[in-house]
Amino acid sequence: MSDMHSAAQPSHLTHHFDTVEQQRDSASLGMWVFLAQEVMFFGGMFLAYLIYRSSYPSAFAEGSHHLDVVLGGINTAILIGSSLTMALAVYGAQTGRRGMLVLCLLATMALGLAFLGIKAVEYHHKYVDKLIPGMAFSYPGPNGNHVQLFFGLYFAMTGMHALHMVIGIALLVWLINDARKGRFTPEYHSHIEIFGLYWHFVDIVWIFLFPLLYLIGRHAGTGGAH
Amino acid sequence: MSVHIVPLKIYFAIFASLMILTTVTVVVAYYDLGPLNTVVALLIAVVKATLVILYFMHVRYSPSLTKLVVAGSFLWLAIMLSITMMDYVSRGW
Repeated sequence: MSDMHSAAQPSHLTHHFDTVEQQRDSASLGMWVFLAQEVMFFGGMFLAYLIYRSSYPSAFAEGSHHLDVVLGGINTAILIGSSLTMALAVYGAQTGRRGMLVLCLLATMALGLAFLGIKAVEYHHKYVDKLIPGMAFSYPGPNGNHVQLFFGLYFAMTGMHALHMVIGIALLVWLINDARKGRFTPEYHSHIEIFGLYWHFVDIVWIFLFPLLYLIGRHAGTGGAH
Repeated sequence: MSVHIVPLKIYFAIFASLMILTTVTVVVAYYDLGPLNTVVALLIAVVKATLVILYFMHVRYSPSLTKLVVAGSFLWLAIMLSITMMDYVSRGW
């Protein structure tokens, strides 16, 4: 048994793995199992959205017209940009470029913060327009209740998405600190790789949220009182 | 080492594709395609998500076991969505 682990065994290989490759693949697989339950977690909200949108299509189109396509579109671009910088960070870790790794992680964090800033501005607009369910929600017209349902889903889905962003940014602070100290090498950077999976997953959730929430019935032009 | 390093130009190509598809999805939303609007929006979103999963998340270069877990997670989501909707759309009989 003990001769399996020769003196040349790298210090970052824990004893229950045979090889560094096996350890690395196991880490990614474990993260994907976690992401599989995240798919089902967000899936539940997408399902609720699907049911109510198919039940009240015109109210959902009306509600959607009160979202800001420009801000939502900019945020989509920001998030895709942050996925690029995250992918580049993984590349930096794989090729042992510490400067590139730290810089790309910092860029990812900055873009993540920019996304949350724009999201906060959007939430504030909804507050001013009395479109936050449960907070003096008021919407004229016969569809008011169902528009409130749309905004309930909007805040639940974008709110859970934003919470994932906040968690991601907190993790980035920790990773950037470790990266600066040179903790990650081409042989050992599973933290970066796995965090990248998380960050890209959060991007994917937004890729679906953007068209489903912001772009319903846009061709109709107006959507009730605005 | 056996770790697969994705060339930088692939990352930039995927980024460009994602940005173009985002623009397309916004522009298409302003044309009246009837029920096809939603279908097109979702199709584009699925293509974008697939690009992210395959290249940014390296699944294309991952072991079969990882691919199986990834496919499985979306298969289960599809089961949940489709069977629930089969119930809802058939209630008006």
